[in-house]
Amino acid sequence: MDIRAQVSSVFHLDKCIGCHTCSIACKNLWTDRRGNEYMWWNNVETKPGTGYPTKWEDQEKYHGGWERVGSQLRLKQGGKAATIGKIFHNPDLPTMDDYYEPFTYKYADLTNAPAGTDQPTARAVSMVSGKPMKIAAGPNWDDDLSGSNVYAANDPGVIELSAEQQQQLFAIEKMVMFHLPRICNHCSNPACVASCPSGAIYKRGEDGIVLINQDKCRGWRMCVSACPYKKTYYGWSSGKSEKCILCFPRQEAGEAPACFHSCVGRIRYLGVLLYDADKIEATAMKADGELAAAQREMILDPCDPEVLAAARAAGMAEQIIQAAQKSPIYKFVKQWGIALPLHPEFRTLPMLFYVPPLLPLLSTDHQGTQKLADDFFTSLEQARLPLMYLAGLFAGGNEEEVKAVYRRLIAVRLQRRAATVGDLAEAEVERARTISGLERDTLDAIYRMTSLTRIKERIVVPPLLREQAVEAGMDPEEYKQAMGFGSRKAPKRRW
Amino acid sequence: MADLILFGVFPYVAMALAIGVGLYRYTIDRYSWSSQSSQFLESRALFWGSLPWHYALLLILLAHFLAFLIPAGWGSLLGSPARLILLEVTGMALGITTLIALVILILRRVSNDRVNAVTSRIDWLLLAVLLVQVTSGVYIAISLRWGGAWYVHTVSPWLWSLLKLDPQISYLANLPWIVQLHAVNAFLLVAIFPFSRLVHVVSIPLGYLGRPYQVVIWYRQRRSS
Repeated sequence: MDIRAQVSSVFHLDKCIGCHTCSIACKNLWTDRRGNEYMWWNNVETKPGTGYPTKWEDQEKYHGGWERVGSQLRLKQGGKAATIGKIFHNPDLPTMDDYYEPFTYKYADLTNAPAGTDQPTARAVSMVSGKPMKIAAGPNWDDDLSGSNVYAANDPGVIELSAEQQQQLFAIEKMVMFHLPRICNHCSNPACVASCPSGAIYKRGEDGIVLINQDKCRGWRMCVSACPYKKTYYGWSSGKSEKCILCFPRQEAGEAPACFHSCVGRIRYLGVLLYDADKIEATAMKADGELAAAQREMILDPCDPEVLAAARAAGMAEQIIQAAQKSPIYKFVKQWGIALPLHPEFRTLPMLFYVPPLLPLLSTDHQGTQKLADDFFTSLEQARLPLMYLAGLFAGGNEEEVKAVYRRLIAVRLQRRAATVGDLAEAEVERARTISGLERDTLDAIYRMTSLTRIKERIVVPPLLREQAVEAGMDPEEYKQAMGFGSRKAPKRRW
Repeated sequence: MADLILFGVFPYVAMALAIGVGLYRYTIDRYSWSSQSSQFLESRALFWGSLPWHYALLLILLAHFLAFLIPAGWGSLLGSPARLILLEVTGMALGITTLIALVILILRRVSNDRVNAVTSRIDWLLLAVLLVQVTSGVYIAISLRWGGAWYVHTVSPWLWSLLKLDPQISYLANLPWIVQLHAVNAFLLVAIFPFSRLVHVVSIPLGYLGRPYQVVIWYRQRRSS
């Protein structure tokens, strides 16, 4: 057993209101430099929709992630030799047009324009070339455009659905959508790390955060095409690839990452997971529909004495183990089984999990009006948002996985409704509990965690102990009177 | 005197700049050590430019280096007329390929607003020097035939004499001006190398072939369990 700790997250999609506060918090902190304007390490998409960059989920187009070749895992964009062969031109690299060309307006023209007969205007100009441009796309261009036949209808997950299901999804009076906030998944089998010819991308051993060494990066951009989530970005001005750093400087200071901290809907949970790194490859080799379950299998119980003994033997810090025992992520993913990875079929074993949205699910057509279904459990198949679509997003197409989650979420609701409104017979609540397979206390715990907890319970930042780690490796006096952490020089090309 | 400076002194100046400034830049400002790809801004024209440019140029450079490093072996390789003709034709085709590719790359930088915006003055200088180098090379190949053969007896000994710190400029002084231009311009490229995006030519990721896919870096020493 090779026990490792991973700072992981859960996003509760029922609570996401699509306000983009997380995106702005991140942008202001990390990506407001020239060449990074188009980067949104955190972005919020409307589903169904094509997302950012456009159709990022379509791996027939982008060739991201892993694929099984015989008994081996291989990058979908090609093996190592093929990757080096593509070094002079990467055919799978998305271009700026797949994201959007960043723009600003010539605001000064509004006040500086000479007197004339017409109103002065502020023309849109490109932030790349500085020349006037026609704005054709933006980072959340299809925001809330769920019914659109330009965006939603081109969602790779929707294309998989039958014509009838598509019609059901886009009928104007039944329109349904939800928001999907995305950051780097800090995967346990990251394709970006595997694709980097210069070996600049690495996973930090102690906390599993995936980072790009900016001095080692040679700008070959293989990571951009290899990441199936398109969460590494090429800085066109610096010539370096950059990605979400899970705000490690904030975490090392005991603070929540900026997007977590600023989340208005409090949808974001953070905590440590312990997992068995020896199982990574075997897990990633499973069939599409089994991947979510196999990944849960890989995650270890932080209270199991055997696991504890192995973790201590491997030299894991006691504080990390304690944080893992308090981790809300372990509860969501493993104990309660209500959080699933996004697109597990990309085989990168993402360590960010989502509680799939229940809200738009529970209503069916009732003589022309939308009504809550009489029996939630048998009507799951007739949900407004086809289960197949959700299974395609969160379970590699395995509808049973998604159904199991929904049965539990519904049981939480019925139990709370019986407690607060009191219009449900106890027998019905008992039936819901039986079907969900969860105890009364567990359902109450889920309710508490999703609606009542404060930040310290939602976001359990482990003490990352970098100060001790640094002291062990070098003389602390070395940095006395020097600069703090971070870049010693502005990230700018001077040559 | 001019010959001595151009063929006897300048090559050393160029090499000293390349090594000295190159090492300085690599240690002090490694962040800037890359070719600063513009594929993200424009991909299609780059495909038709970059791919033929790099692969054809690598083969041509390989021939130049082989003929310089092992002149005897190279000479016997060209011993038979069939092989000589094959090499001449291949070299000519590769040379013309690089020329066309370079023109595509230059036009791309001129015409595409986005790519133009990330092109600096040193980039334009580099492109101009490269254009001179490739054009003169192709012109030599066409006008002074069988370069594969005479290179071994003229340029090769000159380069060896430079390497042995005993520059014999007469080898080059007696060659046509276009060959002299090609040789001096080559060292001009060497001199520009550490100041421009040309630094990327020494970053060859062969280590990637041997390393495992995943890279995990630990701060703390791990006890083996």
